[in-house]
Amino acid sequence: MKRVWAVLALVTILALVAACAAPTPQVIEKVVEKTVVVEKPVEKVVQATVVVEKPVEKVVQVTAAPANYGKVTILSTQANPVEEQEKMRGVVLKAFPGKPEFIGMEEPALIDRVLAEAKAGKGTADVLISLHGTYPTLLAANALLDLSDMVPNLKDRNIPEAFMKLGKLGTDKQYYIPVMQATYIMAANKKALQYLPAGANIDALTWEQLRDWGKNITEATKEKKLGFPASDRGLMHRFLQGYIYPSYTGGMVTGFKTKEAEAMWTFIKDLWQYVNPQATTYGFMQEQLLSEEVWVAFDHTARLVEAFKQKPNDFVAFPAPKGPKGLGFMPVIVGVAIPKTAPNPEGAKQMVRYLLQDEVQINILREIAFFPVTGVSYPGYVTVGIRMEGEAVSKQSASPDALPALLPVGLGAKGGEINKIYRDAFTRIVLKNEDIVKVLTEEGANLQKLLDETGAPCWPPDPASTAACQLK
Amino acid sequence: MKPRRRANLEPYLLLLPSLAYLAVFFAWPMVQAFGLAFRADDGRWTAEFFQRMIGDAAFWPALRTTLILVVTIIPLQFILALIMALLATAGLRGAGALIYFYALPIAVSDLAAGIVWFSIFTERGYLNTILQGLGLLERPFIFLQYGATWSLIAVILAEVWRATSIVFVILVAGLQGIPKEYHEAAEVFGAGWFARLRRITLPLLRPSIQVALILRTILAFQVFAVVVALTGDGVKVLASEAYQWYSQWRNLNVAAAYAALILAISLLSTVIYLRALRTRTEALTV
Repeated sequence: MKRVWAVLALVTILALVAACAAPTPQVIEKVVEKTVVVEKPVEKVVQATVVVEKPVEKVVQVTAAPANYGKVTILSTQANPVEEQEKMRGVVLKAFPGKPEFIGMEEPALIDRVLAEAKAGKGTADVLISLHGTYPTLLAANALLDLSDMVPNLKDRNIPEAFMKLGKLGTDKQYYIPVMQATYIMAANKKALQYLPAGANIDALTWEQLRDWGKNITEATKEKKLGFPASDRGLMHRFLQGYIYPSYTGGMVTGFKTKEAEAMWTFIKDLWQYVNPQATTYGFMQEQLLSEEVWVAFDHTARLVEAFKQKPNDFVAFPAPKGPKGLGFMPVIVGVAIPKTAPNPEGAKQMVRYLLQDEVQINILREIAFFPVTGVSYPGYVTVGIRMEGEAVSKQSASPDALPALLPVGLGAKGGEINKIYRDAFTRIVLKNEDIVKVLTEEGANLQKLLDETGAPCWPPDPASTAACQLK
Repeated sequence: MKPRRRANLEPYLLLLPSLAYLAVFFAWPMVQAFGLAFRADDGRWTAEFFQRMIGDAAFWPALRTTLILVVTIIPLQFILALIMALLATAGLRGAGALIYFYALPIAVSDLAAGIVWFSIFTERGYLNTILQGLGLLERPFIFLQYGATWSLIAVILAEVWRATSIVFVILVAGLQGIPKEYHEAAEVFGAGWFARLRRITLPLLRPSIQVALILRTILAFQVFAVVVALTGDGVKVLASEAYQWYSQWRNLNVAAAYAALILAISLLSTVIYLRALRTRTEALTV
């Protein structure tokens, strides 16, 4: 009997512990809250002593004394590699008057976290830094703060009107403010230059000339030295959506299964003979450029920059080639937004203004290779490597037949699925050698279904439409 | 009568905490995942996501590759692990060190293992450098190209290297549980090494083999990090497709459908193993 009672007592204790298991996090949260409450008065005390001391010296300095905007938590899908995060913390955000906390995360994690915080009505994130494509999803869940009141004060920053308009996400309110930009360009090892086809100008290549260049290299070295980022981490779909499709069909979506598109895919298959067969493992082309596994590569400026930084004398940067319809290219806009649940919205707004200051914009370019959105002139402030990229970027956008292609707009939460359609078309046609017309018909049907479901009207460079975009 | 009843409740009460833990952290999320796989956003039940998954261009290749990996990796691992376990328990000098040595890969995370093997097989990797250094190759051979058998072989090698040790550890534990008397008795009756292996060791090892098989098969259906680190987008398996649908294409429903499929296949294989390797007491008496 005694033993049974002892066991029962033990069980009750265990059951109590188990029952307590769920509320435990709340207890922890409370403790944290309490310490915060304790900390704050201390800060205030410190500030108060400063205020008391300063007037004794100079009255003017009191007003000039930097305000403290407190803790500002930044969630960012950009500058995500560890070394770039360190640069954000150590250099870019260093002069911010407050306590910035930079947290790099992948896009799905950021979306899930912000949506969860919106659902809970209570958040920890103050500032979001992400690509245009992230924000429609967040706006659909009503998770973003309206920043329209900040716009008049930002007039002197000279952010292009077209960029600001993108930040309205199709509404009449400003939901994000463009903070930096990037694009995709080409990079080549100087050893490859001797194989350029006769008469080709590297700053105004055609896609055919790129193929012939690759062919010349393969014939001379017996190696396939063109490179594209075709792994799961790579941005191959941007090459298809923003570069080769506009170059051959004039648009990204409407010409998906046209005769021009068929000719384009035939060309890509032709080109692929000279592309390194290990391309399906390539994520960041700077790695293969530096290891000389490839000599000529296409990628995002931030994914090429290490090559230019480490060996500026070995590489050249140049604009993407052009096709029959012009030079398709994709400008990438990174925006900064504030969640509705931000615990420190005032500090967050201050952070937005801070990021748009000239010195900070130049620091961003120097440290993580994203280009300014403000009118700041930078060449004197950056290293050779970045200047090389910058020149290629401006040559690309200033090209007379430039066809800027926006990242997909209006697909909301389905923004990821459109990438799959282009990637699948590539895998099936180029890697698996399936019939072009058959694949384009099937994947075209998927694309049309996606557009119809979301009702997304055509976006540039496709001609504008009022209803859901329709494939030709 | 009363006290006895209470005594019967004991084990259940003792189980309660762990059951509650499993319910909250495993069962409930699993129910939610099934919900994602079978219910549309508007709450109606649908097979749409499964149709989408099966109709997807990457589905059949992913299923095929996963099955190929399961049927090649598991037998290889079993033969290797059994040999290693027999060696380690043979009472040789330094056998203790051998156990630690063989068990080492368990400590390596699968992603790290994938990256290590990538650095071996990539174009400018160790293998190519060595082969070129020996003059066997004129220029690097590209092992990890799309659709090549070599990239699959690389995955199999990496997986065998990484996960054989878990089978090994289970088998060693099983071997150490077999009483020496059986072997001694068999020796007295003149049984050779192979006869003892076949008649004593393997039958008595059956429960361990069952556990190891179930564990390994479930893990093999989930194989992911090694494949992705080694081949990028070159080899597709079920788990990598689930991950891509979740993280890149952002369709949680289809990702959940993949997860449900992996669960169903794992359950099915477990049931088959449990039935096929059912331990009969009479079989154990020598």
